[in-house]
Amino acid sequence: MINTLLQGILLGGYYAVIACGLSFMFSVMRIINLAHGSLAVAAAYGLWLLASKFGISPFAGLLIILPVMAAFGWLLQRFVLERSASGGALLPILTTFGLAIVIDNLLFEQFGADTRSLAPFIGNLSYASWQLPGHIFVGKLAVMMMVTAIIILGGLQFFLSRFALGRAIRATAEDPDTAGLVGIDARRVNATATAITMVTIGIAGAFLAMRATFSAYAGAPQLLFAFETAVIGGAGSLWGTLVGGIVLGLAQSLGAQLHPQGFLIGGHVVFLLVVFLRLFRSGMPAFGKIRAFLRSPA
Amino acid sequence: MTLLSNDISIERWTRSSRLMLAAMAAAIAVLALAPAFLGAGMIDRMTALFIYVILAAMWNALAGFGGLVSVGQQVFFGLGAYFTIRLADAGLNPFVALPVAAIVTGALSIPLSLFMLRLKGGEFAIGMWVVAELVHLLVNLDRLIQGETGTSLISLNVYDSTTRRAAIYWLSLVAMTALLGTLFTLMRSRAGAAMQAIRDNEDAATSVGVRVIATKRLLFVLAAFGIAVAGGLWLATATTFQPKTYFSVQWTAYMIFMVLVGGIGKFEGAILGAILFFVIETIFGGTGVWYLIGLGATAVLFSLYLPHGLWGEIERRFGLQLLPIGYRLTLPDLLKGKR
Repeated sequence: MINTLLQGILLGGYYAVIACGLSFMFSVMRIINLAHGSLAVAAAYGLWLLASKFGISPFAGLLIILPVMAAFGWLLQRFVLERSASGGALLPILTTFGLAIVIDNLLFEQFGADTRSLAPFIGNLSYASWQLPGHIFVGKLAVMMMVTAIIILGGLQFFLSRFALGRAIRATAEDPDTAGLVGIDARRVNATATAITMVTIGIAGAFLAMRATFSAYAGAPQLLFAFETAVIGGAGSLWGTLVGGIVLGLAQSLGAQLHPQGFLIGGHVVFLLVVFLRLFRSGMPAFGKIRAFLRSPA
Repeated sequence: MTLLSNDISIERWTRSSRLMLAAMAAAIAVLALAPAFLGAGMIDRMTALFIYVILAAMWNALAGFGGLVSVGQQVFFGLGAYFTIRLADAGLNPFVALPVAAIVTGALSIPLSLFMLRLKGGEFAIGMWVVAELVHLLVNLDRLIQGETGTSLISLNVYDSTTRRAAIYWLSLVAMTALLGTLFTLMRSRAGAAMQAIRDNEDAATSVGVRVIATKRLLFVLAAFGIAVAGGLWLATATTFQPKTYFSVQWTAYMIFMVLVGGIGKFEGAILGAILFFVIETIFGGTGVWYLIGLGATAVLFSLYLPHGLWGEIERRFGLQLLPIGYRLTLPDLLKGKR
């Protein structure tokens, strides 16, 4: 039982890594990128290609893949998302959904239906664990993901509060027009934010491929996990994604204990439960009326 | 003054739109007779086209008129098929089970709408996807379905294949005509005016007293019902039910493609998009992966460069309105000159 709980909590680290980019992009540009998961899978394939064809270790491979992802993010914002966002709030959903279909099928075209994994290229890291007293096992990779999640979130927090560019990003997120008045170039800021997001997606892709197998169509579930994590943690809050990831990881691990199909069901149910509970906090129409009535008895 | 106001006229119907309605009635009459002279393969293809038109029109109703972009509409497609199987298994005639299944799905969408409609924009879009995934997993748990193995609508086998094919064809034609007719009438009613106001500017609509949530709920339930009908019809033509194929996000991808290309928020656009998709599928469907890449890329390009779709472009260039759902103001030349 303790093992299950611990695994669930540590799984939250992976979800936090993949969700923080989604959450970050949403808070800066109000865009939910539906190609988020597909891009992580694309990065995973990139690392796999480097490892299997050129013998480059996945960790060294990140030094190549992450800059590529950042550059792609910059271009994506400049040439696709910017134009899409100018057409209204709903258009980016359609644009990025189309993009996800293109990426998924291009990957399938290129790599076929076989599942891949980075596990063979990282020694015994994918299954090695530390044993704690009382038959408790802690996976090394899981701990590494959790530590990485905390470093990324802390790093982002530090960057957003201490650096001029970070403050410019926050100002643009708050009010792009006013930020423009004080000399902040919103286009540059948004492109930078997308590039940063892409770096986190690249790291998430690496973890995805190290901890299990992946295939060309693995992007959609990753998007859903990232989305659920972000919403549970409160969309747009950075440390919230860590909490969201842990809640999601716990729900999935406990669900898996109850039923073979319970892993995914548990995650989806906890997501809907959180959405449902938020309704009561913000007040359903009927409750709102009652509250308003109580406040003004006249 | 009186002279001026006499020259201003407000039209609901234009000459071209009256002609268009007559042409559509004629087309439907011809289509109704088609099984008499079409081959089996063609009848099946035409049935597929009718189902695409339903899907496009329903997604357009939700996204184009209600401002609700959903990536999880496959949930209703799958449920429509699933409940048809369930009810037929309980002994109901499959042709009765189909509409009942759609009504059940529509009824289920009411409680769902209570909290899903609270989500905004992209949250609603992906939230619906999560709902679709969850429902898919739950349907898999049903013993009758046998997980991903699926099952078949066996009770259809009592009809011989010619009768069955023609019956499904007519049923699809009737369903399409009825749903389009309902949507058209609805769009021209008071609720329709509210929907278009929401489409154009939700905040402004709220400020003039439009009941935004109630109007959106109406569209949400209508779309759920219509897509469930489409799911049931698809099951009737395919006879096998594999949860994976019915609850696939591919269905929503097709809906988005049809509506984006045809023209989002345009009644005629969805129909045009469905016909185009049908033609593209017939020609390129065999190319598999590249076909899907093409669909995705086209959707991206339309969203970036032609967000009002082909019909939006036609309307803008030629001032053509074949099936007008709004009002049309004709100003006299004198007034036009002054402006």
